[in-house]
Amino acid sequence: MSGFFNSSIGRKYAMAFSAFFLIIFLVIHLAVNITSVFSEDVFNDLSHFMGTNPLIQFGLQPILIFGVVFHFVMGFVLEAKNKSARNIKYARNNGAANSTWMSRNMIYSGLVILAFIVLHFIDFWIPELNTKYVQGDMSGLLADGEGFRYFEELQHKFVNPLRVGAYVIAFILLALHLLHGFTSAFQSVGATMGRQKAMKNIGKAYSILIPLGFIVVALFHHFNH
Amino acid sequence: MNLTLKIWRQKGPQDKGKMVDYKVSDISEHMSFLEMMDVLNEQLVNSGEEPVAFDHDCREGICGMCSLHINGEAHGPDRGITTCQLHMRMFKDGDTITIEPWRAKAFPVIKDLVVDRSAFERIQQAGGYISVNTSGNTQDANSIPISKHAADEAMDAAACIGCGACVASCKNSSAMLFVGAKVSQFALLPQGQVEATDRVKNMVAQMDLEGFGNCTNTGACEVECPKGITLENIARMNRELFKASLIKF
Ligand code: HEM
Ligand code: SF4
Ligand code: FES
Repeated sequence: MSGFFNSSIGRKYAMAFSAFFLIIFLVIHLAVNITSVFSEDVFNDLSHFMGTNPLIQFGLQPILIFGVVFHFVMGFVLEAKNKSARNIKYARNNGAANSTWMSRNMIYSGLVILAFIVLHFIDFWIPELNTKYVQGDMSGLLADGEGFRYFEELQHKFVNPLRVGAYVIAFILLALHLLHGFTSAFQSVGATMGRQKAMKNIGKAYSILIPLGFIVVALFHHFNH
Repeated sequence: MNLTLKIWRQKGPQDKGKMVDYKVSDISEHMSFLEMMDVLNEQLVNSGEEPVAFDHDCREGICGMCSLHINGEAHGPDRGITTCQLHMRMFKDGDTITIEPWRAKAFPVIKDLVVDRSAFERIQQAGGYISVNTSGNTQDANSIPISKHAADEAMDAAACIGCGACVASCKNSSAMLFVGAKVSQFALLPQGQVEATDRVKNMVAQMDLEGFGNCTNTGACEVECPKGITLENIARMNRELFKASLIKF
């Protein structure tokens, strides 16, 4: 199989599998986040479970990090390879005549998502690591010990309109990334054969609904705290 | 109509090349694009200049030789046609038309608008064939039952004329539509099964070796392809390679 993954098509499969992984991850992430709109307690319980369960923390989390890093590193590598396959550019090229903006600009929508992921790490992940593993507070409780801290922290993050704005923009770019990426990943592994139309529609639904869900959560907490 | 043409001129493979402006007048809208080029070349020859080199042969959309990137699109603005089938009625009096060769590292320019597409030949030689018994008792092809559906799909894939418009339109200069079609036309038929595993592996390996880019499924090739080869063929090739790699690695 090593020969396979060194071929152009093998790399497409690898890229697609990392993308499938991210696609599933987003569903789980949104499923947890969306509970914060309906129930403070459910959100707190779920967050505590996700944040302290060893299987998730030391089993799934490293895989997730690997998946994200693999995806964008591979994205850069493929982009560079593909750029170099045309050493002289066209003086005039009408890309809009035969392809969507999304499909031609995956690297740029990807870069915005990457910037967001960095911001997200600084915002949520590093404070989490600090609380749990540096300060050793695994209780998930507020400083005064009155209940879990997760919901309050979440609300606090969405006070600043600048952060909410950046969040919304990043998710719009994610939607654009997915509007091409979702079907593209299925095409790469040959799974669109005979069902291209259906795959396109599922892709559209996913690409709009998932990012919209994240945006709704952010706006909800911005206006209700 | 009167037109301004911006054309890529390059004396030979080593020359740097540049865009040069030309004027042509009294072009009839009934002319084909290549006839318009003939008018220009006659004008150039009469004034003692070197005519513009461009590829062409059948001039009826079957040989796959003609290959111009016109106003930013392979085979120009019309759909389902080759450059030789493009008509001047697609343009207006006073238009400026940009004419360039196919651009890809794997298709180096030989002269002006002529590029070297022998990379496609080498991909074909790597596996785009089937073995047939030619010992004198060759079996009649019709004696092998083939479903109508498979026959139709194989025929559609075989419609590829190897023009290279897919590579030219792809932002990654990927040849996967061409190779996908060439793999599919055999993968769909019983005659193609004997060499199926090696075929897809060798053709893809040669494609990579030639320096074509990697498909990102933008679908530009499918839109510009004069023969309506679909992305379905790329999906099939990807599956075939995956399958082949599981069988033999
Ligand atoms: C959670 C975040 C992300 C999701 C859900 C996601 C999803 C996807 C999907 C589904 C594809 C299509 C894969 C294929 O065609 O086989 C894709 C492709 C791509 N992604 Fe992402 N992506 C994410 C983050 C990123 C980031 C951070 C970058 C950084 C630059 C990036 C860059 C790319 C590029 C360049 C491609 C096109 C590669 C190709 O088709 O060869 N993505 N992404
Ligand atoms: S797939 Fe279409 S565009 Fe590509 S070489 Fe064949 S006929 Fe030309
Ligand atoms: S010259 Fe033969 S296809 Fe155009």
